[in-house]
Amino acid sequence: MIAAPSPNLRRRKLVDRLFTILAYSAAVIGVALLLILLSKLFADGLPRLSGRFLTSMPKQTNFAKAGILSAIIGSVWVMVLTFLFAVPIGVGAAVYLQEFQTKKSRFTGLIQVNINNLSGVPSIVYGMLGLAIFVPLFTALTRDPLQGRGIITGALTMSLLILPMIILVTQESLKSVPKSFREGSLSMGATNWQTIRKVVLPAASPGILTGIILAMGRAVGETAPLIVVGAASLVTFLPRGLTDGYMVLPLQIYDWSSRPQAGFHQLAASAIVVLIVALVAINSIAITIRARSRHQV
Amino acid sequence: MAQRAGSLGSETARRSILRSRLNAHQAWERIVKGICFLCAFLSIATTIGIVVILVSQAQGFFQNVSVWEFLTGRVWEPIAGHFGFLPLVCGTLLITVGAGLVSLPLGLLIGIFLAEYARPPVRKILKPALELLAGIPTVVYGYFALFFVTPILQRVIPSTEAFNAASGAIVVGIMTLPLVSSLCEDALAAVPKALREGAYGLGATKFEVVSKVVVPSAMSGVMASFILALSRAIGETMAVTLASGSTPNFTLNPTQAVMTMTAYIVNTSRGDVERGSTAYQTIFAVGLTLFITTLLMNLLAQRLIRKFGSRYS
Repeated sequence: MIAAPSPNLRRRKLVDRLFTILAYSAAVIGVALLLILLSKLFADGLPRLSGRFLTSMPKQTNFAKAGILSAIIGSVWVMVLTFLFAVPIGVGAAVYLQEFQTKKSRFTGLIQVNINNLSGVPSIVYGMLGLAIFVPLFTALTRDPLQGRGIITGALTMSLLILPMIILVTQESLKSVPKSFREGSLSMGATNWQTIRKVVLPAASPGILTGIILAMGRAVGETAPLIVVGAASLVTFLPRGLTDGYMVLPLQIYDWSSRPQAGFHQLAASAIVVLIVALVAINSIAITIRARSRHQV
Repeated sequence: MAQRAGSLGSETARRSILRSRLNAHQAWERIVKGICFLCAFLSIATTIGIVVILVSQAQGFFQNVSVWEFLTGRVWEPIAGHFGFLPLVCGTLLITVGAGLVSLPLGLLIGIFLAEYARPPVRKILKPALELLAGIPTVVYGYFALFFVTPILQRVIPSTEAFNAASGAIVVGIMTLPLVSSLCEDALAAVPKALREGAYGLGATKFEVVSKVVVPSAMSGVMASFILALSRAIGETMAVTLASGSTPNFTLNPTQAVMTMTAYIVNTSRGDVERGSTAYQTIFAVGLTLFITTLLMNLLAQRLIRKFGSRYS
């Protein structure tokens, strides 16, 4: 005969069941928060979204006719330039740390710790770095304080911000390339750089590409450093050169959200929908690349 | 004889060509390595740049304002010459603590759920869904706080101001939630199975295994995730600037408008700041404080993660 469970055991089992419920409900709350957030944004933003919204300029007061053309074009400019600066440098740095310096020296250890720390520095601090270095630099070069705060200043600042991210993901991808690949190439008489260029980098490229795209995705939504280095708050023209003034999508959202009139808030919501759709598109490219490369292996 | 000499000559020629090609390759090798080194060195230069600029500008600031006044003053009105830092500390503290109240318990619970309770297909859906929360730009959270969270708060507590610390704190908590949950999950999943089985073998319930064996064993990893989330909250800018306002109140009341360090930097640099002016130097003094705080927290978190990593590998 089995003894009846003691009250102590019953209590322990009750606590166990309550905790299970708690853990499940935490997960449900997490997902619910995401759904509430997205549905609020889309409910606010979708009704006013139209082709004209995408192709008109922002307006000082007339929100009925305002649009985000200059913000979209500005974001594209900044992203393309950031990509051009940050990707070669980031990949180069990762190759140096992972492939050229295979022996662990104190110096490479220092660089590694430093990169880890840089990736945790608040984004606004990068803005201050840009304000103190790039703004005076381009002001001096163009002899015009306005042009000192142009697209290239913003893009360089953004590049410094995403550089640690790109270095870290590239290193991870390089680490995942099997040692035998390198040994095979080296034993055929290839030099170290030939091995890196023709064997290691191609093998690691899906991972590197995924990481770069994710880093760019983060840069698209980043606002604080660009405010500090002086992106304008109302831009009704399209930039034509590297030192022209510019607007980016998240900054347009910030500007509209902080105005008192409700009409501007609706515009902000519509711009948010555009931004989120763009981010989802960018991230799904990354996911597709990752899935396809897994398929190959 | 002559023929042989000719072939010998061509042999030497071929060798010298090969050697010069090899030399060219080696030279190229060194050049590429040098370029890659410069790329890696740029990260060091960035850090040096940040430190030098923040310190040198802040030094100019502290020549005009005493450190004592900065650290103990209760009024922050740089235009009127009042440089008491405490209101900004209060604002930042309210946001950070409030965000922690949201993200730490919820994140740990979700981490526990992912590592111990969720079946693989559930985990496969839940993880990317939560990552989405971290991928949404912070300015979007600012909009959400202003036009969704604050109205709800005002219905619950009517005295809540249009800009208030609570709504900023809540959305920062939501955005740092995935950071906590995924780092906690990693830490919990790294605890060896044998420890769990030992506890089960002694007749422990799942809750007892989790709370008395798994979580304590993964404690340093869990703490690291908490510290990183708080550090992220301190550095958060756009959501807080939008939702919690730009009034440097010396208060710990979450229903009031506050100003965080980051909000001050954004607001001041939005207007055209003249280089070398006190306002210009002030944002660097605030930036330096922000940088040092987050750096110390990140270093602590990294140390905890390393300690944890060496324990079970």
